[in-house]
Amino acid sequence: MPGFLESIRGAVGDTLFYGAVSPAIKILILLFLGVLPVITYLVLVERKVLGFMQARVGPNRVGPWGLLQPIADVMKLLVKEDTLPKQAVKWAFILAPCLVVGPAFIIFSVIPLGPPAGGEGRLSWFVTDVNTGMLFVVAMATIGVYGLIIGGWASNNKFSLMGGLRSAAQMISYEVPQGLSLVLPLMFAGTMSLVGIVEAQQAQGVWFAFKYPPIGLLAFFIYMVAGVAESNRNPFDLPEAESELVAGFHTEYSGMRFALFFLGEYANMIVISAVATTLFLGGWLPPFPTLLPFLNAVPGVIWFVIKVFAFLFVYIWFRGTFPRYRFDQLMDLGWKWMIPLALAIIFAGGLVKLLV
Amino acid sequence: MSQPFAQAFGDEGLSDTLLNRSEEMELNFGPQHPSTHGVLRLKLKVDGERILDCYPIIGYLHRGTEKLFELHPFFQNVPHTDRMDYVAAATNNLAYVGAVEKLVGLVVPPRARYIRTILCELQRISSHLLWLATHAIDIGAMTPFFYCFRERELILDLFEEYCGARLTLNCMRPGGLPHDLPVGWTEKCREFVADFPSKVDEYEGLLTENRIWKKRTVGVGVLDAETAIDYAVSGPLLRGSGIKWDLRKEMPYEAYGEVEFDVPVGKNGDTYDRYLVRMEEMRQANRIIIQCLDKLPEGPVMAKRPRVLKAGKDAEVYHGIEGPKGEIGFYIVGDGTPNPYRCHVRAPSFINLQVVPELAKGQLIADLVAIIGTTDIVLGEVDR
Repeated sequence: MPGFLESIRGAVGDTLFYGAVSPAIKILILLFLGVLPVITYLVLVERKVLGFMQARVGPNRVGPWGLLQPIADVMKLLVKEDTLPKQAVKWAFILAPCLVVGPAFIIFSVIPLGPPAGGEGRLSWFVTDVNTGMLFVVAMATIGVYGLIIGGWASNNKFSLMGGLRSAAQMISYEVPQGLSLVLPLMFAGTMSLVGIVEAQQAQGVWFAFKYPPIGLLAFFIYMVAGVAESNRNPFDLPEAESELVAGFHTEYSGMRFALFFLGEYANMIVISAVATTLFLGGWLPPFPTLLPFLNAVPGVIWFVIKVFAFLFVYIWFRGTFPRYRFDQLMDLGWKWMIPLALAIIFAGGLVKLLV
Repeated sequence: MSQPFAQAFGDEGLSDTLLNRSEEMELNFGPQHPSTHGVLRLKLKVDGERILDCYPIIGYLHRGTEKLFELHPFFQNVPHTDRMDYVAAATNNLAYVGAVEKLVGLVVPPRARYIRTILCELQRISSHLLWLATHAIDIGAMTPFFYCFRERELILDLFEEYCGARLTLNCMRPGGLPHDLPVGWTEKCREFVADFPSKVDEYEGLLTENRIWKKRTVGVGVLDAETAIDYAVSGPLLRGSGIKWDLRKEMPYEAYGEVEFDVPVGKNGDTYDRYLVRMEEMRQANRIIIQCLDKLPEGPVMAKRPRVLKAGKDAEVYHGIEGPKGEIGFYIVGDGTPNPYRCHVRAPSFINLQVVPELAKGQLIADLVAIIGTTDIVLGEVDR
């Protein structure tokens, strides 16, 4: 442990250091060196991939292959005028973007990027391992909804209000199947700790997406679809449907406040991909550990990142392919198909687990 | 608390509508809205997302084109027509010069008739491509937009090579065409038409059987045949409702009597049927172009005509053709001078727009976007 950390530990005492200071430092490092750069470059990757799908080039002016484009974007958003509409409810208008970004970032603290520490004095690949990790993720993800509703409402613009209402209805509806689909991995692993769930997949020798086919796969599918809806991406991007509601809940936002919404959306995408990877695709585990043992040589965190990016690619692919659902159709899909299906697979999963 | 739209709707404002009451809300859809395709303004009365009433307000792009016609001689009026339906200038040109030819009594040489047909069908394809691009992006499918613009670009290149302009073509004159096709143009055009059907397959692959696309368009904005006729709707909107009426077939003009093509019609009159009709129209237009290129006769492209065109006293004429958006017609009255005494335009966008409130009532806001897209209006033509 570096000297300055030792001195902090000496100053605040062991309890406080391991309880608060150390996780805070870890999550700050994770956010500023991991998540934020990934988000800014994810935007570039999205634009490039979409460009590839749409017979065009994508950004290629700022730096080689547009590599400096994210920096230019961030600079622009930082220096842009941050308007505050006259008739907006000020405190709510300012609070809303923070409510979107904050929880999305906090979730990263329980996501295991890699295996726990191999020995004394070595660092684990996660900030903290909460034994109710899964509940923590669901709870934090729920808070993000308030940001959209409050943002839409506080703008005092009718289109924004509708965007906010849509997001409220959509996210609440889709949290139900999402939560239900999480019951399966919980049942398979017998723990709510995200690290514990990955270790259970290692112990059982199968990723939960492929356990008791097709039950695991269905749960994974439901989580995936609900996740796309939760993060307001195509084909479920109704709250911000540009062609219908102009920009939905963030019509009135500009500059950095808009950027925060943007950041929140992308952070949510990554969170959902990361949680899906952890719960259903074996987190940091390599594929085919017995068949292809040499894959074990690759560090776990690399496998994790590869899986997350595969998800993010699918997100972008969706955006390039699908039209947008209509509001009532979205509700139909959620309540009439996904929730009954989720309940059915919980029942089936429980039954199989009891019998096998 | 002041409201942004309070002034537009009178003094009562909307402050209590927005926050306290749960019933109707008035919503200003446009004139600056990404999916009104221009400066159309729709005053909506909505209950949540459901539209109770819809009232289109137009005139934000009014430039007095019909009055301008009276101030210029027949020749000089062609450029004004470019700026009405600015995504389909060639058909506007043709409707106008056709009316003038009827009025003055000019006979267009066969080569000019064929080239005009080719230009108009290219224009139909490019107009439909623009429609498909924007319609798809309104419904949330982003990719077809770029595919459509890729092919539209090729058509605009062809236009540019022919007349120097890409949008405001000004490519016809009363009596014929300003110039013959440039060398190598027909080969380039052939290259395009040979390739184009596969491109239409590509668009259809993205949309036609896409479940979400079908959910968003099937049964949305149903226009029954009777209403369509009552509103004098024309073009793909009318054919989507199952009425086989196409001026190219019913009253052939230019070379349309000498080529073979089918007129696609829909069954249910919903957005999806109109989509299918337009897709098929693109294929048929392609077919027409191929035939015209094969049959293209030699000869002059301009009729013998007087230096100054003059209509007889009290001469009046109406000439309508099948534009990409419907029947575009010019009603011209002459008074013996080189200028028209009065010129009225039967603009298909304007007439088709009237049916939007009928289609929108009881639908959701998301459907309204699809309905505006499917009527395929151009505000330059609506307001003139």
